[in-house]
Amino acid sequence: MQTSENKKLTNTQKGMKNCLFALLGLFLSLSVAANPHSDTASSGHDDQVHSEEAHNESHEEGFDAGQMIMHHIADAHEIHFLTWNAGTENESDLSIHLPVILWTNDGLKMFSSGHLYHNPVHADHGHAYQHENFIMYDEVIYYANEHGHLEFDEYGAVLNDAPLDLSITKTVVGLLLTSILILLIFLSVAKTYKRNPKEAPKGLQAWMEPLILFVRDDVVRPSVGEKKADKFMPFLLTVFFFIWIANLLGLMSFIGGYNVMGSMAVTMVLAILVFIITTYHGNKHYWMHIVWPSGVPFLIKLILVPIEVVQIFLKPIVLMIRLTANITAGHIIILAFTALIFIFGQSSAAAGYGVGAGSLIFMIFMFLIELLVAFLQAYVFTLLSAIYFGSAVEEAHH
Amino acid sequence: MVLINLLSAPAGTIIWTSVAFLIVAFLLKKMAWKPILKTLKDREEFIEESLKSAEDAKAQMSLLKADNEKLLAEARVEREKILKEAREMKESIISEAKKTATAEGDRLIATARQEIEKEKANAMSDIKKQVAALSVEIAEKILRSELDNPAKQQDIVEQHLNQSQLS
Repeated sequence: MQTSENKKLTNTQKGMKNCLFALLGLFLSLSVAANPHSDTASSGHDDQVHSEEAHNESHEEGFDAGQMIMHHIADAHEIHFLTWNAGTENESDLSIHLPVILWTNDGLKMFSSGHLYHNPVHADHGHAYQHENFIMYDEVIYYANEHGHLEFDEYGAVLNDAPLDLSITKTVVGLLLTSILILLIFLSVAKTYKRNPKEAPKGLQAWMEPLILFVRDDVVRPSVGEKKADKFMPFLLTVFFFIWIANLLGLMSFIGGYNVMGSMAVTMVLAILVFIITTYHGNKHYWMHIVWPSGVPFLIKLILVPIEVVQIFLKPIVLMIRLTANITAGHIIILAFTALIFIFGQSSAAAGYGVGAGSLIFMIFMFLIELLVAFLQAYVFTLLSAIYFGSAVEEAHH
Repeated sequence: MVLINLLSAPAGTIIWTSVAFLIVAFLLKKMAWKPILKTLKDREEFIEESLKSAEDAKAQMSLLKADNEKLLAEARVEREKILKEAREMKESIISEAKKTATAEGDRLIATARQEIEKEKANAMSDIKKQVAALSVEIAEKILRSELDNPAKQQDIVEQHLNQSQLS
């Protein structure tokens, strides 16, 4: 009797944890495609002949490290785990096709990205995927022109119009996972705090408290000043943990390799928020320092003021680029070591295994550094944001 | 081309990020950071106060301890003093008693001697008196018996006269 009750209890706990995945399942039209996609989709379309060629061509080229790396760090409309029988007739993928949501000229359109990925078509520069009148090229969805094709200019840029792509892409999934994780962690931690306010921290709380205190005591308070720090704490704590957890998630390549903070769109939003908060809280001293720096000769003011004005915008842009570049660079290095194995493996299996052993050591080393970088970049972003906020609210000290 | 895709910021992702981040930031602010930071602050104040009061208690304790020690030392000195006084008093009492006792003894002895002398003198005078009386009585008796016989009286007178002549 008691054991069954216990079992029930652990089951409900498990159920709570599974709730995360269930929620995800709702979001994603979970269609694990394990069927060979080269032959089945070929009925009826004229472009199919071309696509077949394009498809086979790409495999004859052999291993392209650059493309592989870019494919892994770029955003996609699917979460791709594995490919087997690569380059043969019955090539199969294990991937989750994510929902495509388009705000088109005719209103909202939703369909599974499986429709696209199962229907490759030929395009002038590499291969594309088509569903109805939408063509996806390099993971960007365009309207097909009146002939049902993509048009390129002489530099290879697509000329077609594009609908607003609100799809749940891989990055968005990573973003949502991060959001859910961070909410689960900190709402439960907050509950523990409310329950035993005067007890020593324990469990998850004991893991998070040093980090919260680190952000408060070593990042925000020294940069903003103790008095005004409280105002910025919620935002900076959220930014810190959001970046850190997203980075850690990105390191777990086996769950799909989300490159959330390596996506400029994500860091741009964070940087814009930093810019808005800095500008909103900027006091007289802050603006005077930019527009009319005191104690400086007039001619130097003429040079200094434009620089200061540009700096207002430059600061968040640098924040954005630094974060994206650091996270992306780390992924690229790890992927490059992986690519080495395949490049040497192409010439001979023995070379592949030999290089593989060496690469593995470097990959583990890089992975450990990436773990550090994941934290470090969250720290740097938070610290610099705090410093910008601090400069905005700093009182005149003369 | 892929690189451009990588460095571009698609509007969709921007919108999703804004929505997700703002919701997360709002929820965390209301439901996590506020209570957590408040609890941390309260706890820090509580700890600080506790430390301070502990420090105060310690100071008070050491004060009390010093007081106690002072009291103890004083008590010790007092005891020593009392003991010393008692010892002195004892000695003085003993010596006083001894002196008094000696004096008393001497006095008693002197009185007793005087008494004895007196008694002796008394007794001597008594004895003298009695001997005198007795001798008178005897003499009377002898005289009476002797003088009954006139011859004898003559004898005696003669005898006495002889004796006095001899001496």
